[in-house]
Amino acid sequence: MPVDPKQIRAKDKVVVDGIELTSEWNRMFDQRPVFDYDVDVLDKIASIPGAESIAWCYQCAQCVPVCPVNEVGDYGPRKIYRRLQFGIDLLTDDELWKCTTCMNCLRVCPKDVNMIDIMPAVREEAVMEGHVPAELQEVFENTFEYGNPLGESPRKRADWVKDAGVPVPIMKEKKEADILWFVECYPSYHPRGKETSVALAKVLNALGVDFAILGVEEKCSCDSQRLAGERGLFEEFAEENIKTFSKYKFNRILVTDPHALNAFKTEYPKLGGEYDVVHYTTFLAPMMDRLELKNRLNYKVTFHDPCYLGRHHGEFDAPRQIINSLPGVELVEMWRCRQNSFCCGGGGGGMWLDGFMADHVKERLSENRVREAVETGAEVLVVCCPYEISRFEDAVKSTGNEGKLIVKDIIELVVEAMGV
Amino acid sequence: MSDVLVFAEHLQGNFTDSTFELLGKGRELAAATGDHLVAALLGNGVDDMVHQLGAADKVVAVEHDQLAEFNPEAHTLALKAVVQAVNPAIILIPYTSMGMDLASALSADLDIPLASYVADVRVEDGKLVTVSQMYGGKVNVESEIAGNQKIVSVLAGAFPADAGKKEGSPAVEKLDPPAELSNLRVSFKQLIEPEGGDVDITQQDVLVSIGRGIQSEENIPMVEELAQKLGGAVSASRPIIDNKWLPKSRQVGKSGLKVKPKLYLALGISGAPEHIEGMKDAELIIAINSDPNAPIFEYAHYGVVGDLFDIVPVLKEKLG
Amino acid sequence: MNIIVPLRQVPDLVEDLEIDASGKDLDREWLKYKINEFDDHALEEALLLKEDVGGTVTAMALDGDDVDKLLFTAAAKGADKLIKVTGDFPQPLSSHAIARALASAIQGMDYQLILIGVQAVDELDGQVGVLLAHYLGVPHVSVVTGVQVTNGKAVVHKEYAGGVMGEFEVTLPAVLGIQAARQTPRYAPVSRVRMAMRKSTIEEVSASDTAAGGTPEIRKLFKPEKGAGAQMLDGSPEEVAEKIVSILKEKGIV
Repeated sequence: MPVDPKQIRAKDKVVVDGIELTSEWNRMFDQRPVFDYDVDVLDKIASIPGAESIAWCYQCAQCVPVCPVNEVGDYGPRKIYRRLQFGIDLLTDDELWKCTTCMNCLRVCPKDVNMIDIMPAVREEAVMEGHVPAELQEVFENTFEYGNPLGESPRKRADWVKDAGVPVPIMKEKKEADILWFVECYPSYHPRGKETSVALAKVLNALGVDFAILGVEEKCSCDSQRLAGERGLFEEFAEENIKTFSKYKFNRILVTDPHALNAFKTEYPKLGGEYDVVHYTTFLAPMMDRLELKNRLNYKVTFHDPCYLGRHHGEFDAPRQIINSLPGVELVEMWRCRQNSFCCGGGGGGMWLDGFMADHVKERLSENRVREAVETGAEVLVVCCPYEISRFEDAVKSTGNEGKLIVKDIIELVVEAMGV
Repeated sequence: MSDVLVFAEHLQGNFTDSTFELLGKGRELAAATGDHLVAALLGNGVDDMVHQLGAADKVVAVEHDQLAEFNPEAHTLALKAVVQAVNPAIILIPYTSMGMDLASALSADLDIPLASYVADVRVEDGKLVTVSQMYGGKVNVESEIAGNQKIVSVLAGAFPADAGKKEGSPAVEKLDPPAELSNLRVSFKQLIEPEGGDVDITQQDVLVSIGRGIQSEENIPMVEELAQKLGGAVSASRPIIDNKWLPKSRQVGKSGLKVKPKLYLALGISGAPEHIEGMKDAELIIAINSDPNAPIFEYAHYGVVGDLFDIVPVLKEKLG
Repeated sequence: MNIIVPLRQVPDLVEDLEIDASGKDLDREWLKYKINEFDDHALEEALLLKEDVGGTVTAMALDGDDVDKLLFTAAAKGADKLIKVTGDFPQPLSSHAIARALASAIQGMDYQLILIGVQAVDELDGQVGVLLAHYLGVPHVSVVTGVQVTNGKAVVHKEYAGGVMGEFEVTLPAVLGIQAARQTPRYAPVSRVRMAMRKSTIEEVSASDTAAGGTPEIRKLFKPEKGAGAQMLDGSPEEVAEKIVSILKEKGIV
């Protein structure tokens, strides 16, 4: 029950033993209620469908030390609850946009306070009310307009194929394939992403995989846009993608992007799209012995677990199997790995909030992670999520580690070992 | 009659560059058709201004209280009266804030065909041929205008102003102001000067100028740091100003300011004609844009096709 | 107060524009369209005015590809009424034709203001807003950045070069060519657009005037010449930055 606001304020002035005490110091000398918070705001947020579990927090604070954002700033799920107690409305609070939905808090939370549900639900409400950081709004608009967050021409989605040097069949012509490869946006448009797409195309060809891509028919899976609060956008494109999928015959969907994996595994079934989906590392790990690996690489590498592959979908081993199968490659682990892997900062919309976050953090998550990678003594930081390659490459430069560490997608190492 | 009529645009007592640009071009067109060049001068107390219009054979003026300052309705009525009196074959109106209110209005009221966004105009085999810069400068349209009368709405900066700058004493004919001027629906209230206090971008040696490619307001500090390292200031193209990310005083181009810095570093500016107009005279123009077809590359001395977010941080670093 | 906002779609300049086989038009088969950005500002200003003084905002567009999405997006942002103007329009559409069609559809409607984007990238034959005002016989002011309505009159700011502005008082009804709204056009959450698609209705009004005329006759389209301009600097960001710095040093700028 809300308490009379008069009760929660410190007295302007209290005289104790003839001494005048001002400000909050006088509270310890005067009677005050034990529970003196107005719970209206907390109730409002907890009543948003999906955000109910915020109310279960009992402030144990286990989430704070594992929260990557707290590592570079001042944040944590427990603090979100605390701010709500103070009556700070999360809908208009900058704190709303800091969470990358990396899920490390949920891993340790004894009360199942689920930020993966809470954040998108509250953000959706904020977006509907028009509270959305400008740079994120631009990404939403781009996605709606062009089908990709980069604002690139939808007609050029499959242009990378021209540089592949190996056949990359398009479903529209092929109609049927064992594997439908969902390439996703960054691997279709981003210069480094395109290089990894070419590498994966080479490996699929070498393995004789019967595959095809959607080409210009493919639309962003929009999982990160959904987590950033644009559920409508997600549903719009999910419906389109499901419709496109239904035109073709295939057995499995192969994804480059763990965020697409998450969309297809956890969200598409709710909209009637049920598929057998597999990340390319999971797909390739059991086939590595079929590849002819001519080159010895002699790299000391470390591996970054993507949040949406590892913690979210439990795949920790496949990437490591692939790395360990490469001749001459030595894998050293960072201390934050597997279940406790550190987020690159790109998930949950973070990919598009670097400018906004700059005011709130002392360094980017990707920079923090790159320092850790350098400390292992590895020369190569191996990744397998399209967000990471550009984030970490930027971070290598901004932390002054150029020449010490390079960033490579796991598939690029495979191709290097194959020598194709 | 098949004269060439130029709308002599002036603001705060001074003719704009467009006026002289059109007079210069109008002279050429009149020579080609063997007819007169007439300037339409609308205002109140214009006698002292006439000598600047020496490039024209004749000035036809309308004077009235309501014409003292530009008024879309009053100026349309008065210019219409001039057109009806002079009966010109070609009417040249600048594609400027004022001209935008006049050219289309005349076209609709007098049923005269109109070509807009015009960057070039010539007489070819007795036909009037125009080239319009359309689609943000990405495609040019060559057209010919039929009929006895045509209106050509010309981009500012399309022709040299010097050709039309000539002192003289052209004949002046004054028309009676149209009666409707005493019963207007649009009334002029005041001129508002831009707020002072901000950086004067016309005085800067170095401008780092940003366009749509900067993507969001949050990215502006990065560019400000670069400008600082170069000892200059940040300017911008129109979309940035329309989004209120920078004050109006920083706008380069048509509705902004004309700048001539030693270095104009254009970041994520595609180079629409309206922008080019404001910066094409810079001594050194370097453009970074991700679109290899961006028109800015035609005007820049050096161009980079690439992501400004990749290049600017490195550039900042190298500048120490 | 009732405000009408005519919306247009224009070719999206993100795409490479190609010229068709006739050489007289863009190759429209692959063309992607998007809202004229100035119309987006006009809609924003209309919605802000509605928030200021009450009334309705009617979004209106000529029938064509994707026009429903354009109108539903306007509804998602807060437009109260959606009108699609139908008719056998001359193609390719000219500013004069659009203005005539709009005027014939608007004639007789109850409105005080028409807010429209001051210009569009494809207006070869003048500005739709000004033409529309004259076909309707109402006053107009172009290049407007600020609108206030008091006592049945609009006070508007018109921009000139160099940041100077003229302030005008305009008797309503009137057409205002909007350069920029007071704030960045608002975002239409896709959920709202989808909701509008399900719940809003688009009223169809047929245009009684579909005449052509007033336009120049297009001879040909051509791409501006390349090559005269920039010397291109290639390489990695590192190399490019290096080259820029050496140019700046050479010119004595740093």
